[in-house]
Amino acid sequence: MTARIGVVTFPGSLDDRDTQRAIRLAGAEPVALWHKDKDLHQVDAVVLPGGFSYGDYLRAGAISRFSPVMETVIEQAKAGLPVLGICNGFQVLTEAHLLPGGMLGNDHLHFICRDQKLRVENTSSAWTVDYSAGQEIHIPLKNMDGRYVADEYTLDKLEAEGRVAFRYVDFNPNGSLRDIAGITNEAGNVVGLMPHPEHAVEPLVGTGRTDGLPFFTSILKKLVNA
Amino acid sequence: MARVVVDVMLKPEILDPQGQAVQRALPRLGFEGISDVRQGKRFELEVDGPVDEAALARIHDLAESFLANTVIENFTVRVEEVAEAVK
Amino acid sequence: MSRTPLDTVEHATATPDVELPWAELGLKKDEYERVVEILGRRPTGAELAMYSVMWSEHCSYKSSKVHLRQFGEKAPRSDALLVGIGENAGVVDVGQGYAVTFKVESHNHPSYVEPYQGAATGVGGIVRDIIAMGARPVAVVDPLRFGAADHPDTKRVLPGVVAGIGGYGNCLGLPNIGGEVVFDACYQGNPLVNAGAIGVMRHEDIHLAKASGAGNKVILYGARTGGDGIGGASILASETFDDAKPSKRPAVQVGDPFQEKLLIECTLEAFQEKLVVGIQDLGAAGLSCATSELASNGSGGMRVTLDDVPLRDSTLSPEEILMSESQERMCAVVEPEKVDRFLEICDKWDVIATVIGEVTDGDRLEIFWHGGKIVDVDPRTVAHDGPVYERPYARPSWQDALQADDANKLPRPQSSGELKDQVLKLVASPNQASKKWITSQYDHFVQGNTVLAQPEDSGMIRIDEETGLGVAIATDGNGRYAKLDPYHGAQLALAEAYRNVATTGAKPLAVSDCLNFGSPEDPAVMWQFAEAVRGLADACLQLGTPVTGGNVSLYNQTGEAAIHPTPVVAVLGVIDDVARRTPVAFQEEGQLLYLLGDTREEFGGSAWSQVVHDHLGGLPPKVDLERERLLAEILISASRDGMIDSAHDLSDGGLIQAVVESALLGGKGARLIVPDGLDAFTLLFSESAGRAVVAVPRSEELRFNDMCGARGLPATRIGVVDGDTVELQGEFTLPLEELRKAHEETIPALLA
Repeated sequence: MTARIGVVTFPGSLDDRDTQRAIRLAGAEPVALWHKDKDLHQVDAVVLPGGFSYGDYLRAGAISRFSPVMETVIEQAKAGLPVLGICNGFQVLTEAHLLPGGMLGNDHLHFICRDQKLRVENTSSAWTVDYSAGQEIHIPLKNMDGRYVADEYTLDKLEAEGRVAFRYVDFNPNGSLRDIAGITNEAGNVVGLMPHPEHAVEPLVGTGRTDGLPFFTSILKKLVNA
Repeated sequence: MARVVVDVMLKPEILDPQGQAVQRALPRLGFEGISDVRQGKRFELEVDGPVDEAALARIHDLAESFLANTVIENFTVRVEEVAEAVK
Repeated sequence: MSRTPLDTVEHATATPDVELPWAELGLKKDEYERVVEILGRRPTGAELAMYSVMWSEHCSYKSSKVHLRQFGEKAPRSDALLVGIGENAGVVDVGQGYAVTFKVESHNHPSYVEPYQGAATGVGGIVRDIIAMGARPVAVVDPLRFGAADHPDTKRVLPGVVAGIGGYGNCLGLPNIGGEVVFDACYQGNPLVNAGAIGVMRHEDIHLAKASGAGNKVILYGARTGGDGIGGASILASETFDDAKPSKRPAVQVGDPFQEKLLIECTLEAFQEKLVVGIQDLGAAGLSCATSELASNGSGGMRVTLDDVPLRDSTLSPEEILMSESQERMCAVVEPEKVDRFLEICDKWDVIATVIGEVTDGDRLEIFWHGGKIVDVDPRTVAHDGPVYERPYARPSWQDALQADDANKLPRPQSSGELKDQVLKLVASPNQASKKWITSQYDHFVQGNTVLAQPEDSGMIRIDEETGLGVAIATDGNGRYAKLDPYHGAQLALAEAYRNVATTGAKPLAVSDCLNFGSPEDPAVMWQFAEAVRGLADACLQLGTPVTGGNVSLYNQTGEAAIHPTPVVAVLGVIDDVARRTPVAFQEEGQLLYLLGDTREEFGGSAWSQVVHDHLGGLPPKVDLERERLLAEILISASRDGMIDSAHDLSDGGLIQAVVESALLGGKGARLIVPDGLDAFTLLFSESAGRAVVAVPRSEELRFNDMCGARGLPATRIGVVDGDTVELQGEFTLPLEELRKAHEETIPALLA
């Protein structure tokens, strides 16, 4: 039996089916979860996908964070359920206070779509064990509100505890403080990042790289060994 | 009917590129002497019934939990006197 | 509120002498008289609203229709064509049971007035056309044209348009995979914002805009109706009704991409459950168009109760409701027993849906308001029997002088140094420079099926993960060529798009076009239009690629000055396995560069003549469609059989532009030699059509040469992929970093 990984569809989610494909390619079973349904259908992990849920109106992720499915996700994440938030999913996680800090509009005020170089700095989280520390990878990035901000105390704490999971290398695409691209919670089961690993899993499409696949093999390894 | 206004602003220490873009445009438009611009959001809530302390407290909770993200934003709540019903 | 009596059919019959503001609504006197003749009485205010908007140039094609007929009359026989001109968009068979629908439309004027919203709603409209055919939208493309790159107003219009396209398309989850950005002073007051979209479905899922089956319900769903884009109807409202209400309605429509995303998902779910008999999106002319088209294409009539339309603004008059162009709305015809399920799906997606009427067994479109009948018309007279004009046209007096001003006689570079300087100047010029600053504001990756996106020669999308089946699309148009010779200019636009599709390895199948011209009331413009249509129809026939639909945009002019005639042509192609696609970027050092086709001294309308001499004159490059077809066949075969690793079509800017782009994208340089029979200048800058440059692995050289030789396609070895410079032997060496700086810094410097 393989792992079942849920992918939540909020109204305005865009990369939900792409994330399901990535999960399938990694060898796990994707399970579609619906924002109005509190039931997580016994999945072993959850991905909150990219997109513009509720049009990013109010603030990116702010309305989705109050959807019925999130009540369960928040509760179970606190109990150790592995959760990955990609782009809009990362925004939902900060709005839900499962991850510290917040997301704001890119400092250059434009949407940006590029093949982004990252450095992996945390390889102990549920979603990063298949990377090696310091590994540099290229993952597509595409966002409007990708600027990670937090107060100095929080930033220092994240650094001290090794919870900056990914950092932008060579070019900071959105003005994120300390070049932060992704972070984990204290327990390491919740990870959020702006770039889109689900778009770097096949050599033929996207940027033609597969640097994003280890996200999904990491969680599979974690779940199957558990 | 009464109107309650919630103003939401980015916290002072957080960079506001939209406000900066506006400020940068001011000299070009001939406006001098404005040293900073910050852009925020204004919510107008039309409240049924009286705006008493209990109602304001509920709106305060709403603003704190939903309209603003207090990790990055501050907010204020105030009652706006609506003169005659505007046509 | 004080109101004059509701202008019902009964009231109109009883008050034949009431004067209606037909002129203010844009109708000509004879057009109004024709309405009266059709109805046998004066129209009601609501009927007048419907006729005026449906008989407008935009909706009725009254000036262009007589010419557009050629696309049908000269259509090549094509097994691939499933749905042709006349529906929301054409549909093409791409094999394995898949059908693809695609179309290009213009949103020019709104984008000049309000760049962000104009461009955004342009994307919204074309995407709804695609959904209305039953397809899931899979990609968008945006051919754009602006005034001079350094004009201050370009800095207002372009960033707004680009942000609007991105803001809307990105939020819908549609990868933006192609298009163009062209600058020319002729577009200063008339930017061209064309938008194209592609959708994919199974053959059995094709849906059409028709209302059949008496008793079937008409459901309006999506956004509430507000006062968007109804400047005209307000005249009626203020004259007929209460003068005190807010009659100044916004002419700008505001888009809500989030609502549109919900509309896409909910419509596709309804299709999947086979709940929909007929469907139509609400775009220009709103409900007037949707109801009259659905009714006239179906078997019966239709009865609509306007009171049931959900409103955003309760002060709207019935005329305004009929004309409103509020975005993100669709109209479906559903059998009565399936209505509940349809409404349930809408509710699931939080989309407002309301039954507003039903199909009747009569042949009239009847619309009611407050219990009174305010419209009673034969829907065909509204939707299809609009006026048709045979506008006078004449070859302009200046055409001969323009063609006589031969670009081939312009001074050419006299030294290697001058040649090198002109290369740098060319690749840095706004039209030839990298558009990355623009395209990086569009999502290319969403949906996870993007195989190629701009700056590749064509955008390519995988449509079947198992088999690798894919489709490619390219859009092209060169207003400078068309100005010199509209007949051949239109053919060159087709040839280039056709070639671009083949260069990536896909087989060209069908065409959509967006014909952007000045005022049809100017005989010179009308001649350009007639020539361009004739040229395009002739070329489509010869290349075997039927026109499946498109759009005409007229009145793109400021005062007496019309834009260059600008036919933009989109070609759709199919590739059996996207793993066989050919990219633009050089892949490996040591590969041999071959120039395919014939290079002649052809500089009329060229980028070189514009950049170096600010000149437009002479004749555009010669068109040889048989050569285009042969070149395409060779490129497709070579791609399928693995004989080439990269390819780039040659068009504006000529060979040097193509080589520099391939080198910069691949991060690998090239050493070039001037082949026998050519001089360096002509090799680098000529814009002869029917050419491409390909990189051939040494192991394939013999086989590739044999194939070209056997098929009679000239293939000339011109160099090799090598190093980190672009070198023309004996002339100059340009480091890639210097070229990159020149090519990539221009647009941000002008616009960021």
